[in-house]
Amino acid sequence: MTTRTFGEPILRREDPRLVRGDGRYLDDLGQGAYEVAFLRSPHASARILEIDASAAISVDGLIAIYTYEDLEGRMAERLPLLIPHPSLTAGRTGYSLAKEYVRHVGEAIVMVVASNRYIAEDAVGLIEVSYEIFPPVVGIESARAADHLVHADVSDNISAHMIQEVGDARSEIANSKHQIVLDLEIERSASMPLEGKGVYAVWDSDAKEMRLWSSTQTSTGVRAAVAAKLNLPLQKVECTAPDVGGGFGVKIMHPWPEEVLIPWAAQILNHPVKWTEDRREHFISSAHERQQSHHVEVGFDDDGRIAGLDVTFFHDNGSYTPYGIIVPIITSTQLLGPYKPSSYRVEFTSLYTNTVIVTPYRGAGRPQGVFAMERTIDAIANYLGMSRDKVRDVNFIQPGEMPYDQHLTFQDGRPLIYDSGDYPASMAMLKKMIGWDDFEEYQQLARLSGRKVGIGMACYVEGTGVGPYEGGFVQVETSGRVNVSTGLTSQGQGHQTAFAQIVSEELGVPIEDVFVETGDTRRFAYAVGTFASRAAVMSGNAIALAARSVREKALRIAGDALECDPRDLEIIGGVVQVKGDPTNCIPLKTIAVLSNPLRYAFDESAQAATQFAVGDTSKPPILEGEEPGLESRDYYSPLQSTFASGMHAAIVETDPETAEIKILKYVVVHDCGRLINPMIVEGQIHGGVAQGVGGALYERMEYDENGQLLNASFMDFLMPYATEVPFIETGHLETPSPLNPLGIKGAGEAGVIPGSALLASAIEDAEGFEIRKMPISPSELWQLRIDHQNGLVPTLKIGEKQK
Amino acid sequence: MSEKHIDVSMTVNGFPRSGSVPARRLLSDFLRHDLQLTGTHVGCEHGVCGACTVLLNGKAVRSCLLFAVSVDGGEIVTVEGLANQDGSLGPVQQAFHECHGLQCGFCTPGFITTISAFLDEHPNPTEGQAREAIAGNLCRCTGYQNIIKSVLRAAEIRNEMMQP
Ligand code: FES
Ligand code: FES
Repeated sequence: MTTRTFGEPILRREDPRLVRGDGRYLDDLGQGAYEVAFLRSPHASARILEIDASAAISVDGLIAIYTYEDLEGRMAERLPLLIPHPSLTAGRTGYSLAKEYVRHVGEAIVMVVASNRYIAEDAVGLIEVSYEIFPPVVGIESARAADHLVHADVSDNISAHMIQEVGDARSEIANSKHQIVLDLEIERSASMPLEGKGVYAVWDSDAKEMRLWSSTQTSTGVRAAVAAKLNLPLQKVECTAPDVGGGFGVKIMHPWPEEVLIPWAAQILNHPVKWTEDRREHFISSAHERQQSHHVEVGFDDDGRIAGLDVTFFHDNGSYTPYGIIVPIITSTQLLGPYKPSSYRVEFTSLYTNTVIVTPYRGAGRPQGVFAMERTIDAIANYLGMSRDKVRDVNFIQPGEMPYDQHLTFQDGRPLIYDSGDYPASMAMLKKMIGWDDFEEYQQLARLSGRKVGIGMACYVEGTGVGPYEGGFVQVETSGRVNVSTGLTSQGQGHQTAFAQIVSEELGVPIEDVFVETGDTRRFAYAVGTFASRAAVMSGNAIALAARSVREKALRIAGDALECDPRDLEIIGGVVQVKGDPTNCIPLKTIAVLSNPLRYAFDESAQAATQFAVGDTSKPPILEGEEPGLESRDYYSPLQSTFASGMHAAIVETDPETAEIKILKYVVVHDCGRLINPMIVEGQIHGGVAQGVGGALYERMEYDENGQLLNASFMDFLMPYATEVPFIETGHLETPSPLNPLGIKGAGEAGVIPGSALLASAIEDAEGFEIRKMPISPSELWQLRIDHQNGLVPTLKIGEKQK
Repeated sequence: MSEKHIDVSMTVNGFPRSGSVPARRLLSDFLRHDLQLTGTHVGCEHGVCGACTVLLNGKAVRSCLLFAVSVDGGEIVTVEGLANQDGSLGPVQQAFHECHGLQCGFCTPGFITTISAFLDEHPNPTEGQAREAIAGNLCRCTGYQNIIKSVLRAAEIRNEMMQP
């Protein structure tokens, strides 16, 4: 009997290797390769006057030193702008090594290749660069003021400007009974995977082929970029993502300068070359995300029903826009969450600053959008003296209204239509889990004993599984081994397990026989990548479709062999059998032999197969439209994204003296459709919540006015340790997606999205005054208390009650 | 001018190993690149993340903060040395698998070594102690909840193994 695997908390197949220390991450490969170190700009904005490498030349073990002047052909051209958009009117990208100007601290200027990293760094230290230094643009205000420019030909520092409007929000607000205005800000954080980036390249000068490994979220993308830059046929470049130590968005950006420079050097030097990013490099040259400031105007009636919502925000995109304006587009379109204001207007301006580029970090613009929306809902509740859950309730899209068209254009250029979801049911579950209705009493009791506690909630809807497509390949070998591959990559999401579960279920084979490979262009060349909570939806469905056609073919061949109607057959435990007569059967591995007319008897299956006569001697051995082998390749390409949703609630306690903020309880209700593996989904949520908490309370990129990143180390950039992350209680609701064969929705980003909105809500409830800016540290909260006492921060109704 | 090399020898996972390395070569690099024991990972190279943790004479230490030459004569255990004698997963390794204590797995070797040393001294930890025990290691994937579970489960497995 095959036991069910889909939907079960199957232990991960990737674990035994990884817990033994047998993983193969980028820096574990290429022992003996030359190693690279970069000289990176120490200035945020400067012109390079001279590079003097003479002192470095004599370093023993030095192999080569390259600057922009050494780059030729396409390598000397700008890096590509990956995702252009009509609103991105002044998109700019950099060069793989700086050409005359540097625009942020950390931009690569000189590449040094040496026999090992120590020596490469020695040489970097001996290279002298002289600069003409310019005053930099740091932060949104300085970018808007445009006293200084990041790009000389972008006179207002504006890369993009975009407006979307549904109905006439401004007049609806003006005509509403009540209006509120809010200014809301979020600071920068970053993906910060524990393994930084890394690239390793081997040039085969006989075959003229490039073999490449990158710690990336898209090996197909890197492959294509390298082929284009090095002017090689795509066929001559192969890229593998080995084990990847976390991605969270930063590794979907591509090609990073190093991803084209390392293979380029490997080709020129005709020797394997490797670069492993160190932590400081990661801070100052890999992408950040989150900084935005929002101005919200909202009009509503006595019940809190929103008639008009008008949001204007500024987005700091850093020094270049290679990844387009995906982040602010997502903020602007996902901001509405589970709500249905009668009208909505959103306008954003994306600005250049002399800082590290901004590309999606898990959540990708949604945390900011949810922060803006949920703060607004809480403000309405406060204004009307209503409970916060009630205001949410009256604004929810109801299950009966699905599919619900928000009349906006989503990040993929397609209409934003929610496919399914039950928000009132999620809310009911959330309130029960956190004890929402009993909290007031608890809060009052706590207050009597001198404690400050507060409760908050935050809701989100997340478009997941964006297109355009992914593919899957399923193959049954004559040994019974089932090979599965898909092009997208893995960074810890357990794809080797989850995809095996799908195949095991669809094909009726034991999961132990299924072997999944991801992120290797040699196995599957067409893919987009792993981001936007899309892997399970996209590749999961593609693999399911491929498995279904393998099954169909297997049943057809078995029908011939067993002389019965394929509809009377089933596959159990890797054996095709007649329903109700399990003795009348044939193993899949034998069918794999039968599927190939060339049948050398190499193995037992082939010998066993000879007893079955197949085929009609009047026809060719391979019929028209057929292929040899028991295998299939299929693609899943949806019309639109599928929308997952969720709600988080938390109880916090703030210390009356020190303003220390402690999370006492944290609950998550999450709906990502059918679950392939609840254990893995829950793990994704835990990790996301930890990043959400980090973003709300600890993490920020501290740039000074000179554009220096002051906290570019794990010593100073505070990522949560085990002591900072609360125990997380999770509740699942399963509203299957009607859009895809498996009924699943993405889950990867859910945990992180509402963090800042939620904790702002809870802290506000504990303190009784407005919180408008996140993250918030104890010293900032302490300062807010003083400002509040001095009448600079308005008191909330809950605060008045507390007096 | 070529760098001066110094001879160094130590016991790694029960085997005598030696090499000749520059004085500045980090223990993490010696293990990873000279001995090719790449299970020990480097996440920050400044002593904060704990991914490079190995056991030196039974105590958890950060191999990115030590020079190879400074542990000359020492006894090192890396994650590769923490499987059971028969080759099956060691108690902490097994617990991580059972409790979904890892996602990308990059931080995992550092946690496994740290927890092994901790359990040697605290065979029956409370949940609070388990949380404290791992509070010096960073993980960006798991949110730690399942790692804490893994610590408690590892203690159980160890105790079961002790039973005759
Ligand atoms: S690499 Fe040693 S502590 Fe981070
Ligand atoms: S499992 Fe990825 S950093 Fe811990």
